[in-house]
Amino acid sequence: MHVIGLDAATADPESGSPGAGDGRLDRFEALLAAGETIEPRDWMPDGYRRMLLRQIAQHAHSEIIGMQPEGAWLTRAPSLHRKSVLLAKVQDEAGHGLYLYAAAETLGVDRAELLDALHRGRQRYAATFNHAALTWADTGAVAWLTDGAAVVNQAPLCHTSYGPYGRAMRRVCQEEAFHVRQGYDLMRALCEGTPAQREMAQDAVNRWWLPAVALMFGPPDTVVPGADQGTAAFGARVSRQAIAWGIKRHTNDELRQRFVDHCVPQAERLGLTLPDPGIRWNEERGHYDFGPIDWDTYREALGDDTHIARQRLAHRIAAHEDGAWVREAAAAYAAREEAR
Amino acid sequence: MTEAVALLTARLGDDALVLGQRLCQWITRAPTIEEDLALSNIALDLIGHARTLFTLAGELDGTGRSEDDFAYTRSDREFGNTLLCELPNGDFAVTIARQLAYSHYAVLYYEACADTAHPELAAVAARAATEVDYHRRHADGWTVRLGLGTAQSARRMQAGLDHVWPYIAELFDEDEVVRRMEAAGAAPSPAPLRARWEERVGEVVERAGLAVPAPRWRARGGRQGLHSEAFGPLVAELQSVYRQFPGGIW
Repeated sequence: MHVIGLDAATADPESGSPGAGDGRLDRFEALLAAGETIEPRDWMPDGYRRMLLRQIAQHAHSEIIGMQPEGAWLTRAPSLHRKSVLLAKVQDEAGHGLYLYAAAETLGVDRAELLDALHRGRQRYAATFNHAALTWADTGAVAWLTDGAAVVNQAPLCHTSYGPYGRAMRRVCQEEAFHVRQGYDLMRALCEGTPAQREMAQDAVNRWWLPAVALMFGPPDTVVPGADQGTAAFGARVSRQAIAWGIKRHTNDELRQRFVDHCVPQAERLGLTLPDPGIRWNEERGHYDFGPIDWDTYREALGDDTHIARQRLAHRIAAHEDGAWVREAAAAYAAREEAR
Repeated sequence: MTEAVALLTARLGDDALVLGQRLCQWITRAPTIEEDLALSNIALDLIGHARTLFTLAGELDGTGRSEDDFAYTRSDREFGNTLLCELPNGDFAVTIARQLAYSHYAVLYYEACADTAHPELAAVAARAATEVDYHRRHADGWTVRLGLGTAQSARRMQAGLDHVWPYIAELFDEDEVVRRMEAAGAAPSPAPLRARWEERVGEVVERAGLAVPAPRWRARGGRQGLHSEAFGPLVAELQSVYRQFPGGIW
């Protein structure tokens, strides 16, 4: 699943390379203007490379960390059919992590360095996953809402300007769309079940709606009068640069609106209430209105220093350290085979 | 006779389900992302085998029980899996040793079932045999890689084999159920497959530069529902959500 976390705003949008005097920048911009992809062998401005690397790495890390909240339910899935579906989903996420690390490697870093940056907290993953998956219904809500948000984010990334990223995203997108349908189907089964199942479904939606709306699309990047003008102005600068470089195709706020427009009718069909009293159809705009997100409060509640955030990273580091002897053995064996 | 086939089919399902459940505990904890993928893939196959086998068992025994009835409504004592399949994961080497033992057995036994068994069981076994053969390759590969990797990995792999070996004999046991089925030509006994298993696994262990353990004791009891103490928590976890929501539809 793809996410632009709160920290995406720390990217410095003005950090593109100064125009290279030998026409390389012109060629780069001509490729973008012609709608061609940028490939690993092509020259690219440092800022472009850095923005891409940050985004792809964060996306890859989100896939790997995102396996945890759902993976913890594999042993407790309440039917063998659902257990199989969840296994396949978690497996897909591992696969997405691999495609994306491979895409990042074309920018001149290797997977070990990226994992190290994740483990040391130098690179981020989607803060969405710093929420706890407390019940079985959470696996459905995550697939329906979080993956649903990811699909809205990712569809345009299939046409992102950097070739390896776009190609990875085309494979990721197909599978994510499937996850959303499975998540919706899981929620539908709960909603058609006993009152206790229905209550579990509603409780999960109450806890996963705001994380999906807020965190899966990143900080606001449309300046409107009122709260968060500073954040929004900075977000708008980052998004403008990302759009100019063809890394992104839409602003965070456009995608957020698209997601809300998708979800409201689905929730109505399920008979679930999205926990936002501000949701109502706006005839004039042709979109659903929704309540403003209190970013400051939200940011505080979700810093790196929550117990879930600590748990996610500690779990990941423990797996990595426990497996070190296996990776060393595999490397030693490969070297031995090569020498033969 | 049909009743005996049903019992045997459910036991095979129990082996697959319980081993699959153990592998689920690895996911997000594997040494590499590739292994998270591989182990979840193997678990997915095993759960798939359990589902088909349970459904068949419910048809054969005339109860019409569903796959979920078998998995979620029985008590610990009603599971007939071998103790090998419920062995806790241990480190990666213990898991690989367990996979090595089970997958070689499962290839041989499913192939034998495909040749001689009850027609419906034969069809299920033929498909399962091709899948567990991939699991066997995965286990063979890691046994050799760990055996010839580093001093530490060789030591751990040997310890994994030593830990798992006493649990192997049970896979090949013949009891009344097996004898009745074999007499009726409905399904083969696993006992005669032991020699082939020893030969094939011995070859892998030798290639890995390790020693085939010679355990001084052997485990028994799983097929009769006499499990290890670690089994209760496994079943409790498996069934927890299902049991929290009586009458639930999933």
